[in-house]
Amino acid sequence: MPEDLGIGESGLDWIDASGEFADIVLSTRVRLARNIQGHPFGVRARPHDRIRVNERMRELLPRVVPLRGARILEIPEMSARERALLLERRLASRELVGEKGNRAPAPGSALVLAPGASVSVMLNEEDHLRLQTLFSGLRVQEAWSVLDAMDDAVGAEVPYAFHPEFGFLTSCPTNVGTGLRASVLLHLPALVLTKEIGRVLQGISQVGLTFRGLYGEGSEVVGNFFQLSNQTTLGKSEEDLVDHLDRMVRQVIQYEQKARGVLLRDAASVTEDKIWRAYGLLRYARSLSFEEFMNLLSGVRLGVSLKLLPGLRVYSLNELMIYTQPAHLEEAAGRELAPAESEAHRAAYVRRVLAAEPVRTSEEGGGDSAAPEPAD
Amino acid sequence: MVCDNCGSGEPVIHLTQIVNNEVKTLHLCEACGAEQGLQPTSAPENPALTDFLAQMGEEGGAGGVSVSGSTASENCDFCGLTMKSFRDSGRLGCPHCWEAFRPQLRGLVRRIHGSTRHVGKVYLSPDAAPADIEARVEGLRRKIERAIELEDFEQAARLRDEIRALEQGGDEVVDA
Repeated sequence: MPEDLGIGESGLDWIDASGEFADIVLSTRVRLARNIQGHPFGVRARPHDRIRVNERMRELLPRVVPLRGARILEIPEMSARERALLLERRLASRELVGEKGNRAPAPGSALVLAPGASVSVMLNEEDHLRLQTLFSGLRVQEAWSVLDAMDDAVGAEVPYAFHPEFGFLTSCPTNVGTGLRASVLLHLPALVLTKEIGRVLQGISQVGLTFRGLYGEGSEVVGNFFQLSNQTTLGKSEEDLVDHLDRMVRQVIQYEQKARGVLLRDAASVTEDKIWRAYGLLRYARSLSFEEFMNLLSGVRLGVSLKLLPGLRVYSLNELMIYTQPAHLEEAAGRELAPAESEAHRAAYVRRVLAAEPVRTSEEGGGDSAAPEPAD
Repeated sequence: MVCDNCGSGEPVIHLTQIVNNEVKTLHLCEACGAEQGLQPTSAPENPALTDFLAQMGEEGGAGGVSVSGSTASENCDFCGLTMKSFRDSGRLGCPHCWEAFRPQLRGLVRRIHGSTRHVGKVYLSPDAAPADIEARVEGLRRKIERAIELEDFEQAARLRDEIRALEQGGDEVVDA
């Protein structure tokens, strides 16, 4: 486990695997884009405009009930690694931390992070405020109602930019109206293995949803993780958008479960072999790239979900996913790591976690912890 | 060519819709377009805007709608954003831009969202007018119905109190 970070272990409640369908659904996120009357935003906001918004909000937000006692992380004051940690924990966007086009973070950018709770606010991202909730598993309704209450509380204190026809006004026309984007991060290995995924993704695009990779907008699909979210934000109520996503995601989960059934019925030995090979590689490899790791983890996650790897918890897999990312490995090592070093550190970390949670096989009847843990 | 709707006016709005995977194009005169809530937007021959619209169309996916026509472009008198820089970046500069470029944005928003009217939460700013309060109360009533459907009676009671507070004073908004 890495040492306490500058940002501590903050903002990681969402990996605790407590939510519904936690083996398939990693997390649920809902965000609202909001802007404040009388201030330019995004491209037209000059440094002093951004700082004015920041000062106004940093004084106000920690007093609002769901954000009481929140920490304010001023992005320009953070090191590059700390900023990357926020990105890897999926708390901040590339835009906020200045990673887009390798810019330095813009003045006034901040993340307001509530203690223990899964709520946060990005300040001076593309819009003045991005209120967000991030929960473990499938909890769309809960994530929305917590966010809705936070929105009411903040909106009672600051005058939001609202238009009777267009609704909540945003920098980008794709977010106007409700400003709401709800997304669910799903692990769909069986749909990929049975080659059904293309049809499913085509289907969701016909019902007003869209999909992205692990890190959201513009990111690629790795480890069979797909982020499904609502495409449009205007013309439907928040409740309709959220209900619709919830219903569609449940349907996709059913398809995934059906595909898993097919794998177990028609290709049981191949599937089982794939899962154990993935586990074996993760358990003993000496060097792992993030991509290879994610692909193997996908196999192991499927195995845990199918109860083929008893003793291994979904929570441990979630934890692995977070702490094997480059900035988290550097944070644990306390220094910068060259790519090859990073891959060795990743493999060592994975071995440690898996050794601590031995998988019981029917043949052995006990743990497989016979192999001594090699020194690094 | 005549308007597909009334058969007499000169078509200035060319509406392309994807319905059930079939592309349909409607040619409408200004009056018939206005009836459907459509307005002509900036000249389609401008490459930057067409690029932008095309890009928006890809993001919009199925059910996307495009509107093309002709009007002049302005700039926002609050933040100074020009129509050109909006076309280039796809981002607006401040809340006032939405009023300054309203006709153009209406077409674009319809294309992206398949609608131009917000039907979600009604926001009540600290200096709200009576009509805003009514709209907010209407929104809260919808929420009560939903809360009852979900058997969340605590939430329903909270919303009922909020409506009462709004109807009695208007200035006393109950916090969540």
